[in-house]
Amino acid sequence: MEYAISVLLSGISVGGQYALIAIGYTMVYGILRLINFAHGDVFMVAGLMGIYFTASMPLYLSLPLVIILTVVLGFVIERVAYKPLRSAPRMSVMISAIGVSYLLQNTATYITGGQPMTYPVIPFLSDTVNVAGTLTKWVVILTPILVIVLVLALTQLINRTKIGMAMRAVAKDFETSQLMGIKINSVISMTFIIGSALAAVGSILYFTNYQSIVPTAGAMPGLKAFVAAVFGGIGSVPGAVIGAFIIGICETVIKGLPSAWDVSVFSDAFTFALLIVILVFKPTGLFGEKATDKV
Amino acid sequence: MLQQEKSKKGSFIALICIAALLALVVLVENLGALVPNLPSVLRPTSQLFIVLKKGAVYSLVAVSMNLLNGFTGLFSLGQAGFMLLGAYTYAILTVPMANKDQVYYLFGGSAVKFSLQELFGGLFGNTGVGGAVSLVLGVLVALILAGLVAAFFAWLIGLPVLRLKSDYLAIATLGFAEILRAIFQWQKLGPVTNGANMIKSFPTFSSFNVQNADGEVVLRLSTFVPFLVAVVCIAVIVLLITSSYGRAFKAIREDEIAAEAMGINLAKHKSLSFCISSFFAGVGGALFAMYATNAQAKAFTSTMTYEILLIVVIGGIGSISGSCIATFLYVACSEWWLRFLDTPVILDSGFQIPLLRDGFRMVVFSIIIMIVVLFFRKGIMGEKELPDLFRKRKKKAAPAAAAGEEGSSNG
Repeated sequence: MEYAISVLLSGISVGGQYALIAIGYTMVYGILRLINFAHGDVFMVAGLMGIYFTASMPLYLSLPLVIILTVVLGFVIERVAYKPLRSAPRMSVMISAIGVSYLLQNTATYITGGQPMTYPVIPFLSDTVNVAGTLTKWVVILTPILVIVLVLALTQLINRTKIGMAMRAVAKDFETSQLMGIKINSVISMTFIIGSALAAVGSILYFTNYQSIVPTAGAMPGLKAFVAAVFGGIGSVPGAVIGAFIIGICETVIKGLPSAWDVSVFSDAFTFALLIVILVFKPTGLFGEKATDKV
Repeated sequence: MLQQEKSKKGSFIALICIAALLALVVLVENLGALVPNLPSVLRPTSQLFIVLKKGAVYSLVAVSMNLLNGFTGLFSLGQAGFMLLGAYTYAILTVPMANKDQVYYLFGGSAVKFSLQELFGGLFGNTGVGGAVSLVLGVLVALILAGLVAAFFAWLIGLPVLRLKSDYLAIATLGFAEILRAIFQWQKLGPVTNGANMIKSFPTFSSFNVQNADGEVVLRLSTFVPFLVAVVCIAVIVLLITSSYGRAFKAIREDEIAAEAMGINLAKHKSLSFCISSFFAGVGGALFAMYATNAQAKAFTSTMTYEILLIVVIGGIGSISGSCIATFLYVACSEWWLRFLDTPVILDSGFQIPLLRDGFRMVVFSIIIMIVVLFFRKGIMGEKELPDLFRKRKKKAAPAAAAGEEGSSNG
């Protein structure tokens, strides 16, 4: 029982961390129809920045700095690599995203020398706490709460503010919203800023849990977060969050199954199998809008 | 009539060019035996031959991906998965009996109690000319089986996922590749797949070097073999693309609904394109295993698919020759030409040139790629093929046609 609770708890927290990354994917896809392959690597870079900054300055300075610089990184990537290709075919933009991901990974290898880096212990988050008889880290408890707060704030932003309205308009119809006087570029930048900020928060939580960072550390969480976004219906923020929680929980449960069954190697594969099954029955994901083709 | 003669002449020229290319490869590789004191670039240990081998393997995979992404318009990211299937099929079927216990030592020997080349060896003998024949036949059959296994799985996964559109198809095929990777690393399949460990000691490219009785290499064919296989496979793909099937594929790429209205069976053609592409990806995967001298599930990650996709796009989506040229440029850049960036250089004055150290090569390489992607959006060749370039030049030479050509080529 206690074991079950601890597995479930860590599943929820991993899910929450995926959710924070997935929001970045889903928002960018909703607006640009672009699978931003570089997002997972932005997440990894945020983790590396966390290591380097906490080594040289106190936490109350370093953590905000990590978030700010990740936002700047996301903004710059959009301006340099995606904006010039706005009129190009969608494939070009996606290739550009793969190129950026490649660049970030290689630069990270160059700077770290390819060695795994260890994420610092953040005092409060790493402390243990007793929940229903199982010892766990505070980060496990805090992640879902933080995710829910952030998502609520985000939905308020999208539904209530002017920029949020602009985002919805652009997601609905790129060209018409441009004609209506919406400044497309600032809306897109805003999307990337929000996505990167959430990825930075996600990286602090995720790497407090899994402390080792290699240059490809962003690839798998990134891919899974993207799967979560597709799973929930890409373009929909609540969909991405729910998808991420489902995937996080499934993954940890499979990892937690008795080792005699030897199925933990399938924890990643199961995520993708689930995705394929969902896509076959609901081609646009759980909460996705139905796409209709006009001839 | 005239058109037909022209195309016959064209394919004749193409055949001669390909034969010349293959002969050149054999010549360059064996230059060491003919000419003493060769510059180090042309010696058998040179990076050049690694680039050529890897380039031949990757160009086949890139062309197979181009068939799917560029010519049929199906955006699939499963290439690494199908390569993995091919690589493992080849490796499992060709590890010689004598090496099985050593390769599969964790699992007490392999569940596959034969190797193809030794089966043929039973017919033709295991030494001398008979040995060569059985090696060639064994490898050939293993390569074809590698392709067939990949094609079969492509058909299987294609049944549900080919109904999906663009990005959804991409992510589903990517997921399928990841699932395959997990299955092949599963310890319970160890007697067949060797679990998470690599399979090695199977015939590789250098097994094809002809040796004399003393074990000295007389004729090097280790670069020729991948070239030959790649050339034959790519030629088959080209023939397919110029056939009526190829035209149907292109119609599907341009507009699915219109193609369907013209009487093209969408499901059938999509599945056909997917299976053929995977077949050649499987063959490419088997060649990759030969190149790397081992088969290991860890190698076939989504990064590999991205790499191949990058090559296809840099070469020009929908251009076979573009894919081939881009592959060799890509492989040469990443493996050879930029290598000097990885070694720190200290000048005589004691000044160390900044930045140069391990890993810098890949940083520069990815920056080059970004520049190509951002500023040469259509890739090296666009949608044109190599012969198109010559044709255009000829027409430009005729002054009367020049003005008209200019207009239409821009349009």
